[in-house]
Amino acid sequence: MSIHHHLDDASLMRYATGDLDPAFAVVVASHLAMCEDCRHAVHLAEAVGGDCLEHAPAAALSNGSFERLSRMIDADGDTDAVPAARHRLAANAGGDVPLPLQNLIGQSLDDLPWRRVVPGVQRHRIEMADTNGSLFLLKIGSGRKIPEHGHGGTEMTLILRGSYHDEMGRFAKGDIADLDEHVEHQPLVDSDEPCICLVATEEPTRFKGVVSRLMQPLVGI
Amino acid sequence: PGPKTDQALHEVLISDVAVHRDKSAFETLFVRFGPRIKGMMLGSGASEDLAEDLMQEVMLTVWRKAALYAPERGSVSTWIFTIARNARIDRIRRQPVQPYIDVETVSIACDAPSAEAEMITGQHGEMVRDAIDQLPLEQKTVIEMAFIQFMPQSEIAQKLGLPIGTVKSRTRLAYKKLKENLEELR
Ligand SMILES: [Zn+2]
Ligand SMILES: [Zn+2]
Repeated sequence: MSIHHHLDDASLMRYATGDLDPAFAVVVASHLAMCEDCRHAVHLAEAVGGDCLEHAPAAALSNGSFERLSRMIDADGDTDAVPAARHRLAANAGGDVPLPLQNLIGQSLDDLPWRRVVPGVQRHRIEMADTNGSLFLLKIGSGRKIPEHGHGGTEMTLILRGSYHDEMGRFAKGDIADLDEHVEHQPLVDSDEPCICLVATEEPTRFKGVVSRLMQPLVGI
Repeated sequence: PGPKTDQALHEVLISDVAVHRDKSAFETLFVRFGPRIKGMMLGSGASEDLAEDLMQEVMLTVWRKAALYAPERGSVSTWIFTIARNARIDRIRRQPVQPYIDVETVSIACDAPSAEAEMITGQHGEMVRDAIDQLPLEQKTVIEMAFIQFMPQSEIAQKLGLPIGTVKSRTRLAYKKLKENLEELR
């Protein structure tokens, strides 16, 4: 898979420190599951974390701290760690659905209860706890255009099937559009099959113009 | 003569824990990392009790999962950092850290050791510190707030009296510079 659009470095760093909203963490993790380059980039950020841990201020531990832990370990018995080989299966199963998304929607993009929002556009909303944003899948028909829209907050879009292009280039499977609030764009689906993408938004995206307001239900609450 | 660097020592210790279930090796790691994990949790705003509790949980995970540590994927401290990060997320959110675990699963199953990992493991762990020290102070500050205190970007912006966009761009610049510095040091 050749991926051309990657995570913003600031997003990588936020992922590495655990600072991403849960909806965005799912999109970032899904891209990471598809993109070895970004996985290596995250490892580098985590190495910064490792070094910071070594240089963090040392706090006094409570009395008998190690003894307490030691008792927990003894109570543990012999719980052996999971062998890595067992992971291989899980990582490769699911085809179009990256592993972090499989836990939320299963292994198929086709069996989802898609709901039509406007002609040519279907949506499947993914419920999540603790998010200030929203997470959903969009399925946009071939040749369809999404109206030009600015973003009320950051927006991340990960392509799972098909492709579109907009002012920023062409986005195909595995590509992520990691956009901040100042961006305006108008994606046009240019694949023969519908384009399916995973989207996290911070706030409802604002569409411009009267007609475009009809598109509000697309991403709205 | 024992291992030369901290990093090499940590690797020996973790391997003793993994292979021999060696409690005294584990205690050495505990003494080394426990107080710093707790320090990070306190810095991130956790109470004394919560910080102690999270530290215990992190070290228990280190004990349990020692066999999953792979030197070619990064240093021991990096591995423990990710465990601490995950433990903290798990505690403050109802949404579990499954995305992080999934990415690790894919990484273990699919990734060849990277040039980055090679360059920051083995004898070269201190290079990361050198790379951080070479950052301009304003970038270093943002990085250390984010990584040592798990401080959210929004809070860093507030603390420093900066727009969030500035914090973001300093983070980006810092990351770019770190990568360059590490490549130069190699
Ligand atoms: Zn990528
Ligand atoms: Zn958009």
